[in-house]
Amino acid sequence: MTIDAVIASAPSASEAIAESHERKAFGFWLYLMSDAIIFALLFATYVVMSADAEGRQTARSLFSLSHVSGETLLLLCSSLTFGFAALAMHSVKRGAVLWWLLVTFALGLGFLAMEIIEFRGMAQVGAGPDRSGFLSAFFALVGTHGLHVAFGLVWILILASQVIIKGLTPPVTSRLFRLGLFWHFLDIVWVGIFSVVYLPGLL
Amino acid sequence: MFGKLTIDALPFYSWVAMGGALVTVGGVLAVTFAVTWFGWWRYLWSEWLTSVDHKRIGVMYIVLALVMLLRGFVDAIMMRAQQAIALNSEGYLPPGHFDQIFSSHGTIMIFFMAMPFLTGLINIVVPQQIGARDVAFPFMNSVSLWLTAAGAALVMVSLVIGKFSTAGWSGYPPYSGVQYNPGVGVDYWLWALLISGIGTTLAGINFTVTIFKLRAPGMNLMRMPLFTWTALCSSILMTFAFPALTVVCALLWLDRTFGMHFFTNDSGGNMMNYANLFWIWGHPEVYILILPAFGIFSEVVATFSAKRLFGYTSLVYATASIAVLSFTVWLHHFFTMGASPNVNAFFGIATMIIAVPTGVKVFDWLLTMYRGRITFHPSMMWTLGFIVTFVIGGMTGVLLALPPVNYMVHNTTFLVAHFHNMLIPGALFGYFAGYMYWFPKAFGFTLDERWGARSFWCWLIGFYLAFMPLYILGLMGMPRRLEHYNVALWQPYLIVAALGALLILLGIVCQGVQLVVSIRQRQERLDLTGDPWNGRTLEWLTSSPPPPYNFALLPIVREIDAFEDMKKRGVAYQKPPRYHDIHIPRNTDTGVAVGAFAFLLGFAVVWQIWWLVIAAAVALWAVIIARSFEDDTEYRLPADEVQEIERQHRQAMAGALRRPDVDAPVPSNQPLPEGLA
Amino acid sequence: MINVSLLQCESSNGMDVIVKQAVARRSGRAAIAFGAALLVSGCDLTGIPFLDPKGPIAQHEHNLLVIASLVMLIVIIPVFLMTFLFAWRYRASNTSARYTPDWSFSAIIDGVIWLVPAVIVVALGALLWSSTHGLDPYKRIDTSVRPLDVEVVAQDWKWLFIYPEHGIATVNQLVFPSQRPLALRLTSDTVMNSFFIPPLGGQIYVMAGMQTRLHLLADAPGQFMGRNAQYSGSGFSNQHFQAIAEQPEAFEAWVSRVKQSSKRLDADAYRALAVPSSRHPVTYYSTVEPNLFDNIIAKYGHGHAHAGHAAAK
Repeated sequence: MTIDAVIASAPSASEAIAESHERKAFGFWLYLMSDAIIFALLFATYVVMSADAEGRQTARSLFSLSHVSGETLLLLCSSLTFGFAALAMHSVKRGAVLWWLLVTFALGLGFLAMEIIEFRGMAQVGAGPDRSGFLSAFFALVGTHGLHVAFGLVWILILASQVIIKGLTPPVTSRLFRLGLFWHFLDIVWVGIFSVVYLPGLL
Repeated sequence: MFGKLTIDALPFYSWVAMGGALVTVGGVLAVTFAVTWFGWWRYLWSEWLTSVDHKRIGVMYIVLALVMLLRGFVDAIMMRAQQAIALNSEGYLPPGHFDQIFSSHGTIMIFFMAMPFLTGLINIVVPQQIGARDVAFPFMNSVSLWLTAAGAALVMVSLVIGKFSTAGWSGYPPYSGVQYNPGVGVDYWLWALLISGIGTTLAGINFTVTIFKLRAPGMNLMRMPLFTWTALCSSILMTFAFPALTVVCALLWLDRTFGMHFFTNDSGGNMMNYANLFWIWGHPEVYILILPAFGIFSEVVATFSAKRLFGYTSLVYATASIAVLSFTVWLHHFFTMGASPNVNAFFGIATMIIAVPTGVKVFDWLLTMYRGRITFHPSMMWTLGFIVTFVIGGMTGVLLALPPVNYMVHNTTFLVAHFHNMLIPGALFGYFAGYMYWFPKAFGFTLDERWGARSFWCWLIGFYLAFMPLYILGLMGMPRRLEHYNVALWQPYLIVAALGALLILLGIVCQGVQLVVSIRQRQERLDLTGDPWNGRTLEWLTSSPPPPYNFALLPIVREIDAFEDMKKRGVAYQKPPRYHDIHIPRNTDTGVAVGAFAFLLGFAVVWQIWWLVIAAAVALWAVIIARSFEDDTEYRLPADEVQEIERQHRQAMAGALRRPDVDAPVPSNQPLPEGLA
Repeated sequence: MINVSLLQCESSNGMDVIVKQAVARRSGRAAIAFGAALLVSGCDLTGIPFLDPKGPIAQHEHNLLVIASLVMLIVIIPVFLMTFLFAWRYRASNTSARYTPDWSFSAIIDGVIWLVPAVIVVALGALLWSSTHGLDPYKRIDTSVRPLDVEVVAQDWKWLFIYPEHGIATVNQLVFPSQRPLALRLTSDTVMNSFFIPPLGGQIYVMAGMQTRLHLLADAPGQFMGRNAQYSGSGFSNQHFQAIAEQPEAFEAWVSRVKQSSKRLDADAYRALAVPSSRHPVTYYSTVEPNLFDNIIAKYGHGHAHAGHAAAK
């Protein structure tokens, strides 16, 4: 008589960890795709609302190429430094992980500060989000990205503290992996913002 | 200090509204009192509210759905009563109250009745159908539940404090904008949707991962039960469609609260963008609701025809193609917006194409019955009622997909009749069929069939009485959402529709009686085998109700109808030589806390109590962050305890089957007698 | 509100309408009973407009509904028959019926159930394509008669009709010659509305800052109820108007009567009119401020025509 059930001994600890990591990574990818749809629709809204000539003119007078380039540089660099943190994680160098997380945090914070300065500058010349549909769409799209970055910064702090408290345990490295996905995702979205919002506005 | 919240928020504006508020408050107080009186708080809290067991979360989802069904139905019958009498008179409801009622009816029925109902059924059934011990993310499952409950609570609170939206369940601006709708109603609507929508997105992710990653060995995609397939498609749609709802609600809220101009009349706002964004979510949503019901019908029709499902492959491809096509048809909700004929024709044809896979499904169900042995269990009756009624809705759907016909019947009661014709038989009948079908699995005893049949006939006849007149009224040019009218010819039809609603009320009463009767007779109705209907899929392999781990040993799947196949080969009830320890997620109160703070956040945003917004948001994130520091979230159930639980189940089963040796093959395709003990 | 049903039996002219309204209001309940009696006696035009179309557009839309319904019966009838037949024949108690518990696939049947609905959809799709283009609400009706242009403005909760050709305007009453196409340009000065005269043809949305178009034609003189079909607030239920098709001479006579009205629709009068009001009486304006319609659109500052249609043309 055949036995029709899996009679595995309880899965080993490392198997269970690998399985849980894989499951969470897949779930997180799904979340990112779902989030990507939020951005896609905000992009679409922006494109629709910047269709009229007035919007384009507003954009040209409000955006500054050097400022945006600075933001872009900071964010791209932060992706690179996060990559270094991931490398350090794989070679189990706790100190290096913390160092690179700190650098990433500083760069991200710099990006966010520049963005807030830009928003404040626009509001001061009367070009706040309540001025026109075009500006509403601009602030919603760029602001949502900024909110994600802010959330990512909090996440970096939390994981840094977990690295300090718990060390590079499997759950912590698994979380660091997902934070990495998130952080690089924000980079990709920013590249989209740069090319859809700022470049056409400036050229 | 309290933002826009003042004593004027209490519903002193009308006796009917005051009555609604009192019933709500009274209901909450009565439940609280009863739970306290019987001393159930500890049990309720530690075993249910904080549970992360998918079966219990599923039950709680369905309890929420049934409570909200009552609320939504009260709305419905109030509208029917108003329209039945409001010929050349104001009826008993002023416009400012009538419009809250149709807005909350739609919102509740879609978001807080249908969505929790189907999510609850998926929760109870899918992990068992795929031979898994739990969902992929049990804690997130609890968060999803409580976010949905928080949204529902916001809708209910609007009955007592402030008013609900008057802009319909689709909330079209600019009418829903702050210029034309300055109160808090639309904000209640927006935040109920935003909060529960995030819960739904998380549920979608959870079940997509569960189905892709946790299937039992041997269950490849083309061996999954149809309900699991439809749950998968529905979950993927939840994951990818609900972000659109989140975006559109957030943007409308920004318009309303911070004076932005996404959808305003002036300053470059564009309400057409709202219509697009809303229906990019809205049309997939229809299939999120209907596909799982299709899955239930597929399971029920095969089980109660005692026959393999006909055209499994066709059904799978039909399901998947409906899911994909559902993203390509949203514009048919506003053919009358003046798009060019090319655009309208494109979306009209795309819409009609969906009729093809849907038609295939109907024929596959019929051919499953062909040369079967059909038992008329109420679940099967819901299925038959669905097939006959749904094709009528399909026909009117194709008519609405023809833009020139649509120009004529859009925004009329014809449209109302059409989507009720899709969603009542297409979704709700399916959920009811699933409710009766899987009730023994969830609670260990079956539901009374006579009261089930009575309920079915009341619902079916009530449905026809309530909605066929609306088709005719639509052809007569009667718009939807009319608080009173001056065309005497309409009134007889509206009276018939009101009678139909009364008959449906009777159907709901029958369901209540059924539940009470069955609970009182539960000792005679015990399902000791775990397989009361001679089922075909893996959920019937577990005991009823299943142990927390579902399967002591993971089953190996060799066929589409895995359990049927095991029974045939005589291996379904084998006694394994040994058991092993099982890890089970520990209950946690974090999910409840997330829901509670989300509710507080929503309430504070609605009334613009900004300090409370910040406090609630901080608290919400604090509990989630605290949770992320916990690595030890499971407990170990030792092998000998598993063995003891399994031994008891086998003993009960052996008694029920009147065979000391349950290892012997169970005869296939012969329904076990009911009340097996 | 009773006046509309009262008037349905009379080919009265505009002035009569106003008089009748006043009478109807005063006579209260008696008038309600009278109106109901008229309707019951079969003299009614608000019956089933879709089944009794009063113009070619509605007629075509009606025909399309009937044809599509008949085509779909090819699927519907077999489903009905199979459901009842199978449920009866293969009931568990009927042990004489054949039972094939494992029969679950047939390539031929599978092919048929995919192909038949597909063929029907292809056929209906062709019908859909041609009819959607033929019955495009923006398309001029193909007759030799020059259409009558009317500009329509939706307000809370009433309808303003501007006759640019005649320099007149009316509220809640649209009078036009029968057998002459009606070319409407529409906009809203409030939330989105949907303009709908069921016996003449389909509806079209009207939105602030944008213009939509609709072409209708009445075959013969008659009176119809037109209305807003999109919920727009507390006055929505009362937001209907009289659509009256007249013989050309009677229409001209009506125009000259409107021109005698003492009311003029200048900027101030328009502002006063735009204030939300329910059950607004039928009102005639003998003159209209030039470009009023375009100004109503322009004040929302979109600066572009209706996006969807404009882009496609």
